[in-house]
Amino acid sequence: MTEATAPTTPRADGEGVSLAALPLWGRFAAIIVAGVLLSLVWDGATRWPEAWTLPLAQWITDFINWLKSEATVFGVEFKAITRGIGTALEMPVDWAEYLLYRGFKKVGLDLGPLPWIAVAAGVTIFAHWVGGWRLALLCGLSMLYLATFNVWKDAMRTMTIVVVAVPMAAFIGIALGIWVTRSKTAARIISPMFDLMQATPHMAYLAPVAALFAFGPVTALIATVVFAMPPMARCTILGLQTVSSDVVEAGQMSGCTKRQLLWKVALPSSKRTLMLGLNQVVMQTLAMVVIASIAGATGLGHKLLYSLQQLRLGVAIEQGIAISLIAIVLDRLTQAYAYKETDHFASEKTWAQRHKHMLLFLVILVGSYVLAEFHRWASIPPSKFVWGAGDAKVVLFDAKLLARHMDQAIRDFNVVAFDYINPIRDWVTLWILIPVRNFFLWLPWPVFFGVVSLAAWRLGGKSVMLLCMALMASFIVTGFWVETMKTTYLVLIAAALCVLIGVPLGIWAARSERAAKIIMPICDTLQTFPSFIYLIPAIMLFRIGDFANIFAIIPYATVPAIRYTYLGLKRIPAVTVEAGIANGATRMQRLFKVELPVALPEIMLGLNQTIMMALAMTAITALIGSTDLGQEVVRSISTQDFGRGILAGFFIAALGIIADRLIGSWAAERKRQLGVA
Amino acid sequence: MPGDVQIRCRNLWKVFGADPRGFMRRHDGRPTAQALRDEGYIGAVQDVSFDVHQGEILIIMGLSGSGKSTLIRCITRLNDPTTGEMEYEGRDLLKLSERELIDIRRHRFGMVFQNFGLLPHRDVLENVAFPLEVQGIARAERVDRAKKMIDLVGLGGRESYFPRELSGGQQQRVGIARSLAVEPDIWFLDEPFSALDPLIRAEMQDEFLRLQSMLHKTIVFITHDFEEATKLADRIGIMKDGRMVQLATPEELVLNPADDYVAEFAKNAPRERIVSVGAIMQTPTDAALGAVPMTAKIGSVAEQVLTADGPVAVTDASGERIVGSIDRATVTAAIFGGRGPEARAA
Repeated sequence: MTEATAPTTPRADGEGVSLAALPLWGRFAAIIVAGVLLSLVWDGATRWPEAWTLPLAQWITDFINWLKSEATVFGVEFKAITRGIGTALEMPVDWAEYLLYRGFKKVGLDLGPLPWIAVAAGVTIFAHWVGGWRLALLCGLSMLYLATFNVWKDAMRTMTIVVVAVPMAAFIGIALGIWVTRSKTAARIISPMFDLMQATPHMAYLAPVAALFAFGPVTALIATVVFAMPPMARCTILGLQTVSSDVVEAGQMSGCTKRQLLWKVALPSSKRTLMLGLNQVVMQTLAMVVIASIAGATGLGHKLLYSLQQLRLGVAIEQGIAISLIAIVLDRLTQAYAYKETDHFASEKTWAQRHKHMLLFLVILVGSYVLAEFHRWASIPPSKFVWGAGDAKVVLFDAKLLARHMDQAIRDFNVVAFDYINPIRDWVTLWILIPVRNFFLWLPWPVFFGVVSLAAWRLGGKSVMLLCMALMASFIVTGFWVETMKTTYLVLIAAALCVLIGVPLGIWAARSERAAKIIMPICDTLQTFPSFIYLIPAIMLFRIGDFANIFAIIPYATVPAIRYTYLGLKRIPAVTVEAGIANGATRMQRLFKVELPVALPEIMLGLNQTIMMALAMTAITALIGSTDLGQEVVRSISTQDFGRGILAGFFIAALGIIADRLIGSWAAERKRQLGVA
Repeated sequence: MPGDVQIRCRNLWKVFGADPRGFMRRHDGRPTAQALRDEGYIGAVQDVSFDVHQGEILIIMGLSGSGKSTLIRCITRLNDPTTGEMEYEGRDLLKLSERELIDIRRHRFGMVFQNFGLLPHRDVLENVAFPLEVQGIARAERVDRAKKMIDLVGLGGRESYFPRELSGGQQQRVGIARSLAVEPDIWFLDEPFSALDPLIRAEMQDEFLRLQSMLHKTIVFITHDFEEATKLADRIGIMKDGRMVQLATPEELVLNPADDYVAEFAKNAPRERIVSVGAIMQTPTDAALGAVPMTAKIGSVAEQVLTADGPVAVTDASGERIVGSIDRATVTAAIFGGRGPEARAA
């Protein structure tokens, strides 16, 4: 940090001494001019010379292929190990499949899957138990939607992976979390790994796992567990570290052994934080399962991707709503469970009173199985609902027909709307997107490298600078410069738009209770949805292209910009604002001279999150067409060029980490200055 | 009369910094304040020695940062002291194995915390039964014993409430019940009433005295409130910057403060409730009227002395022998800031 506070410290090397004599803007200018001049005399400054390119991608691909075919560990073939793991993991997946939609015929039992009535009733009853009538109503209606809109079986396919992955991810996450709080070595190794894992887009997990375990549910399961586990570990660490010292000491003075202290004191008293972790695990699992469709997981995500690629938007909307409803139900149920109060007077009630929810469910379960014996529709919901038979047959509801009508409506709408939409899209593309894109493609890498390094040094000191330099060097020397710049351009424009939309909304919400009551719940809900969903409106309105991609990123990545602005403004001490008012500031002066400057570090952290989410989204938008790093990730899964996919995923993470370190260092320093750290 | 020594501390040091033990070695175990400052170490507890006697209430008093909380954590070994000796009933507390330490905590020590330290996921009954549970006592017995403790602190009927559903005073009653559940020999209380409102605090102090009159525990009690200390203590140890500047009875502190720091605390103390007649009486005179016992606090005899026409005779504790006399001027001076006859004479 001393470097950051003493920027004029002369450096040892010759260039540094002359640079140090300049003011900060002068040093930036010198780097830019030098870089541009260099690019004029040397082509290698624009495109890293092919001859010098490190074939890292090829090495990784070769290594994975070697692992798959020849490698042995202690005399056991590596592929036998992965096959063993695969078989072991297939078992719980199989049983979940039997239970949810296949039925138990395969294992010699004449028993169907859980009838949909039983599942829907079970979810509703559970919702009532944890959250009362309102939650029960929400969950009940959502389940009815799944049953009537011809998505039940696919929803159950999706849930198969969820129900297997969640306990695994939670268990591993808690175990790792405990380990990190116990061992300094573990903390040193695992914490930075989590940082990297969190910055890596979902999609990048799929390629290497698919490479080793082949396509199918097991690959989806493994990728999902790996992806969904870090939040659980983080929450465990947070929970264990924030147990109040009085509570821990009370445990010690009660004579707890170390083990008792962990299991009876620390873990249970951080239950709320752990449940928050579980909620995140569930949500991340769902998001990942939906995306895992491209690596062979069947289910709603798979169907949605298929519908989108065929431009069958009506069905896509029906499926998208189904995914969103599942997300909302899972989110609300886990949250309600976390905050559930214990019944004080349980001991005064009879056994039946205490277990009425369970009993009701058992009755419905048995009843629905009996019903399913006689009527197929009671087992799996029919694709359309009809009343009567023969000539008197009346179609009550047909989801497919509705989808076709929606398709037609969307087409009609587009015919009219394109007259208005297309000019806007074309204008923005021509005058904003293409120039910015061309700028980034023209940008000589030494300029980018130098400017970011200097900024990193100025903001975070030497260690941040070295980290950023290493990350930048990694995509320059491996020949990913062009793809990385395309991603940078897309993300910067999307982030700028998110800030333009999000910050004013956040200010509005902070100023008006009524606005906050509308905006904040919408933010919560937007964050609940798997990112995949946001492709639907983008395709509907703009088909494909960078404009559509940016449009898909915005609803997803604007949320943190709104939320951090809102929280940053809300957290300003009342006395600071009152002092401004007492000094005679107008509303506008109060905002621009008091509130925004104090809240700025928090708002910048929001920008940081926005960039991270936009980066993650670029790997999703690649599904509908792009040419950046995200596309490399997606393509690698089908081309089996795993090295390129893994590296591209890593570089998306690298961009995220660079942004995080730059903005994070600035915000931390600024908060320290403002005394609000 | 003080009972046997239960806890004996000698030359305790607790130093925070990069390498506390090495630092203490370099300075032969007695670093100066200058050395601490120069090398960036913090001496939270510095060279503290004292005994805790069977059945007494020893209060350790000091402002925040004076090291009183660190000291109690050294004795209970929640924090190990850097150097020094500690004995409990003749056993070296610092040489205990993990197992022995847990054993002492399970059976001999009980502790109450400033912010209660209740387990948020357990109701009142389960909180109070917790120390018994970790010992492995069967459910029926621990519920039985915990219920007795809950009744003792006046929370009967609230067994199934959770800590967050109780007021601060009630939460601390749970903390007290829990600390007493194992029937400890020594009861540590770390600012137990500091987080409570003044009215509740006074109520809890009375509750504490009521419990002690029944239980006769050996007590080490931490507070930053001098009035609380004088109300409850048999002896008070005053800490400043990690050092114990004076350890004496409240009366002694008020009448003979060791330095200006102690005097400053003592200035606003309710002298009429602390100073006894015997401490300020003068030689007997023949003209004395009536009689007051020398053990009485001056507040309780003030009216009698102030309305008398001359000096009042002072008798010994039994009330049989006249040992001195006391007059209006002496009482007024003692209550309003004088230091008794010696001070006035000087």
